[in-house]
Amino acid sequence: MSTAHDAAAPAESHDHEAVPYDATGSRIGMWIFLFTEVLFFGGLFIAYAVYLTEYGRGFQLGSAELDIAMGGLNTVILLTSSLTMALSIAALQRGDIPLSQKLLNATLLFAFAFLVVKSFEWGAKFEHHIYPGSAYLLDKTMGEVVFFGLYFSMTGLHALHVILGIFVIIWAKRRIAAGAVTPERNVFLDNVGLYWHLVDLVWIFLFPLFYLLS
Amino acid sequence: MTSHDTEEEVHLVPYRTYVNVWLVLIVLTGVTVAASVANLKQMAIFTALLVATAKSTLVLLYFMHLRYENKLFAYMFIAVIATFAIFLGLTFADYSFRGV
Repeated sequence: MSTAHDAAAPAESHDHEAVPYDATGSRIGMWIFLFTEVLFFGGLFIAYAVYLTEYGRGFQLGSAELDIAMGGLNTVILLTSSLTMALSIAALQRGDIPLSQKLLNATLLFAFAFLVVKSFEWGAKFEHHIYPGSAYLLDKTMGEVVFFGLYFSMTGLHALHVILGIFVIIWAKRRIAAGAVTPERNVFLDNVGLYWHLVDLVWIFLFPLFYLLS
Repeated sequence: MTSHDTEEEVHLVPYRTYVNVWLVLIVLTGVTVAASVANLKQMAIFTALLVATAKSTLVLLYFMHLRYENKLFAYMFIAVIATFAIFLGLTFADYSFRGV
């Protein structure tokens, strides 16, 4: 923060009043980033749609191998984490910093729980010799090969977003603790929340498309 | 302390609203799972996507505040979804005439 390089940045100070603050502008920037995320996942969803029309039967067979209970549990976990995130922002807006931090802890806990469930799921698939390029999988129909290819890449990319989310939530917690994010200047947490809800949104579509086809 | 020049109407959403939205989201998840387990055949994927769309709308409007935000945000979002729809439509237009 305080780069004492030279006096090139005179406005650089810990006095918050000196730092320009534009909440709406910040949120617009965040939304534009989220749009790139939507289109990024969108490309994969389009690939999914095309292959579903091509290999409907294979997709059903593949989907039957997935555990609806695990996927459903993870859906509930992520939705609940979205709730705690939204509540944390609401708490910060009301000036209740301890509550806000507690709710962020809960969000982190759910994020980890999601990853644990996910790793059990992937582990079970690996035990059944189902992973991209496995001899067992290549023996199956083309539809199943493509289904699992998309399953691993899309849920894997989604899980990467969850992992990244964990880091940004920890970042937000530290900034709140340091007083850099305050009830009056809370757009940083707003934006972290927007990112987290987007991760939830992607899962809302991944769940039915992969688990509920059979 | 005087108010900031960029001070905006911060819409304080009651905690209850978020909890209610979450409850509806959980119920909707139950509905899709039930519809799938009950094996409603071809309707399953269609219903599932319809419910997923309803769930995302709730997340966008309430958790992501689009409902309380400047209208600009909603318009931008619609533009992105339209872009996605065009992308999807053109892909299928191409794919359907490949004559594989």
